[in-house]
Amino acid sequence: MLSVETYPTLAEASQAMTDRSRFLAGGTLVMRAVNYGDQGFDRIVRARQVDRDIRTESGGLRIGAGATMADVLASRDAALLHVVAARIGGPAVRNMATVGGNLFAPNPYGEFTTALLALDAQVVGVNGQTTPIESFLSGRAHHRGLIAAVTVPRVSEGDFRFLKATRIKPKGVAIMTIAATLTRGDTRLAFGNMGPTPLRAKSAERALNNATLDERGIAQALEVCTQDLQPADDPLASSWYRREVAPVHLKRLLLNGGRR
Amino acid sequence: MPKTPLTFTLNDGEVAVFVDPGASLIDVLRRGVGDLTPKQGCAQGTCGACTVLIDGKPHLSCLTLAETVEGRRIDTTAGLAGGPNLHPLQKAFMEGFSAQCGFCTSGMLMASKALLDRTPNPTRDEVIEAISGNLCRCTGYEPIVDAILSAAQQGGAR
Repeated sequence: MLSVETYPTLAEASQAMTDRSRFLAGGTLVMRAVNYGDQGFDRIVRARQVDRDIRTESGGLRIGAGATMADVLASRDAALLHVVAARIGGPAVRNMATVGGNLFAPNPYGEFTTALLALDAQVVGVNGQTTPIESFLSGRAHHRGLIAAVTVPRVSEGDFRFLKATRIKPKGVAIMTIAATLTRGDTRLAFGNMGPTPLRAKSAERALNNATLDERGIAQALEVCTQDLQPADDPLASSWYRREVAPVHLKRLLLNGGRR
Repeated sequence: MPKTPLTFTLNDGEVAVFVDPGASLIDVLRRGVGDLTPKQGCAQGTCGACTVLIDGKPHLSCLTLAETVEGRRIDTTAGLAGGPNLHPLQKAFMEGFSAQCGFCTSGMLMASKALLDRTPNPTRDEVIEAISGNLCRCTGYEPIVDAILSAAQQGGAR
């Protein structure tokens, strides 16, 4: 039998979390699990205090974990991420789905987290502890404690690229998502739905560092772009197909901003 | 497990019900209140058939924990018509043959109402974006898009 516990603050809710609890933010993941009879939890924990604040700080951008995709789209400070939030769901999903929830979204979701990985974001826990997003994702399955916010280092808008490859237009779930920060000498390239969590394509990153963004300059990166990825078979696409088309989408992202 | 008391505004009327722990808003609307206009489709946020407005913004009632709407305003298709007078969107859908099986219609109407309330004269692209979270397996979407644009021309934001 399911129970719902509501706490005044995120800190109190965090204290109440156990292995049999799920924290409810926007509901798009937890209520789906409820609807499909997920027996992995029997307590829903929620907090009245929701941090939806999005603001620029000295080091970059801070996004409260309770901020929805619609909040991101409404924020001038988060303009860099508009291209990402706009590609998630329809308007109703964007009014519900939160940045904090997206950190835990399983495949084929988690596009926002893929972008955060490319942006070298930090995940801020309720206890104030900060974790690089790559470390957070590698331990995500065993993560305990609630998320208060994410912080995103300042990145020039021209250096950030995002692509979501879908079979259905204008909206559909992702076959794969690619996000890149093309800062010269410090390229970060992240793929979503190409592994158990969003993953960096580090071999391709090395090939792109200081490379010229033309056919010849990116050829090596395209060659090795799936080396660090672990795409799975699912109803959307096979692992083989994903490996075959990843260089095609990466080329579009690098040379044409993701357009065909 | 004890039920939780819940009060909210539904289409200008006040509602007070007791809800089971973990109940979704669509369950409360359909089974608790008797408003059958939101449809339960995929129950996972893909089809949009359950779309309702919460404080004027489209939400998926199948993925909304009922307890989270305490004190808030819910609008469903049941509240669109004013007595015998259909809402301009309903009229445009009817005149444009924009419903075939009709299962998606309620969600389409609420998604498009949210658009017209905010953007009274939308472009075709804005209409497509507004209903991009709503699936229709019958019409091919074009009659729906045309109906929303037609309703907008006739002052559909009401």
